[in-house]
Amino acid sequence: MTIKFTDDHEWVRQENDLVVVGITDFAQQQLGEVVYIELPDIDREIEQGEEAAVIESVKAAGEIKSPVGGVVVEVNDTLTELPEKINEEPEGEGWIYKMKPNDPSELDGLMDMTAYQSLVESLQ
Amino acid sequence: MSESAQLKRTRLHGLHLEAGAEMSLFAGYDMPVRYPPGIIREHLHTRQEASLFDVSHMGQIYVSGVDAAIHLESLIPADIVSLAVGKQRYGLLLNENGGIVDDLMIARITQTEFILVVNASCKTNDLSYLKDKLGKALSVEIDHDRSLLALQGPKSSDVMNQLGHDLSGMGFMSVREIVLDGIPCLFSRSGYTGEDGFEISMKDEHAITVAELLLSNPNVAWAGLGARDSLRMEAGLPLYGHEITQDTTPVEAGLSWAVSKARRSQGERTGGFPGDHIILPQIPRQVSRLLVGLQPVGRMPIRKDAVIEDSDGNTVGTVTSGGFSPSMWKPVCLGYVNLEYADPVDADTGHSAERPGLHAVVRGKHLPVLVTRLPFVKKNTYRIP
Repeated sequence: MTIKFTDDHEWVRQENDLVVVGITDFAQQQLGEVVYIELPDIDREIEQGEEAAVIESVKAAGEIKSPVGGVVVEVNDTLTELPEKINEEPEGEGWIYKMKPNDPSELDGLMDMTAYQSLVESLQ
Repeated sequence: MSESAQLKRTRLHGLHLEAGAEMSLFAGYDMPVRYPPGIIREHLHTRQEASLFDVSHMGQIYVSGVDAAIHLESLIPADIVSLAVGKQRYGLLLNENGGIVDDLMIARITQTEFILVVNASCKTNDLSYLKDKLGKALSVEIDHDRSLLALQGPKSSDVMNQLGHDLSGMGFMSVREIVLDGIPCLFSRSGYTGEDGFEISMKDEHAITVAELLLSNPNVAWAGLGARDSLRMEAGLPLYGHEITQDTTPVEAGLSWAVSKARRSQGERTGGFPGDHIILPQIPRQVSRLLVGLQPVGRMPIRKDAVIEDSDGNTVGTVTSGGFSPSMWKPVCLGYVNLEYADPVDADTGHSAERPGLHAVVRGKHLPVLVTRLPFVKKNTYRIP
């Protein structure tokens, strides 16, 4: 199972022919307590780098830019009632949406775990 | 030189780092936004127990001299002449158009000496403005060597009791010197959270000792600027640069009460402050817009600068502060709306109600908002029994 990262602190994980998108632990720490999430519509077509969702914390709003392009097939509805899941398990139960990627090779251009970890270290 | 090296620090900076604070630039200072518990818990702790805020970035300006009260009244629309020694009052600095240059607290220390506590982002301008206007008649000096702590929350008075200071006789907006563990501190019973509490000023060299002494009480915990902002929003308190600016008048901002009776038309000392010719005629609600509470109907927070529209899509207002209320567990906003929308009274029944029909525009979406009475959360300031 491949997991890749963007320099905007999203993660994207391949699951069969779909990808799952969320924000990293570093991102949720920066945002603070999440109180609302605006999820994308199912079937929406999103280009790579396009705004897919908005996470509102007590402090500020943060955009999720789609790590790859594709069509949204599922969203994590649990987050509507329990947005704090994003803080608690950003890389697990706090996933945001699943999409069918148009071009899975877009994943190749993203950071792997090691590269992302050194990015985060450079920011701390 | 890196950006962080240019940031000013309060004397308590090291304590914030030790406490695990997330720091951020505010008015040129590297200030704690939140501590490990996070804004929501810090906020609720302040409403239930007592929190300690470092507000040493604010300016503490000493104004003294013969007839200082009369001179200060030439700039500030409050009744300062009859302000008793040991009391403080909310004041405004104004421009010639009646716009607000800064808001502040004025404490009378002796008959001829006052301390003005002003916003961090305005303090340099305030000082040169005050020196320019009053410098010939009075001594005007900022004390750069003092720290300021705010102890806020319903248990603040108990905390002081446990330190051997019974302050039950000290009413809201009183000021007195208290020697805390040998350290002379100036206490005022006031704050910016809507809760009972104290603002405590001391020499920088004693700031850490006083902070640690207060934090040694198990009911006291640090709270940062994030919680300070959500607390003051719930309390409906305006913030300089948001609700009040050079382009808003006190009447528009719901601060007519800061223009004391003695300074109004038919008062003992009518007007005589900058912008009086604009502000005084506005007091009987002769304004085109008013600051109101805006309660989003949904759960999405609405932030500063969101436009408010009526059901026909006409712009009728703007959000000046918006965020999440931990006490109500829903979003809240402050903002200006045109006068005809400012009254939260139902036009058909005449009863007080949250006024519907408006929405905020956020990322192209129309989010319904209700015009609501302020404060959102009832204030809990102290009254002597």
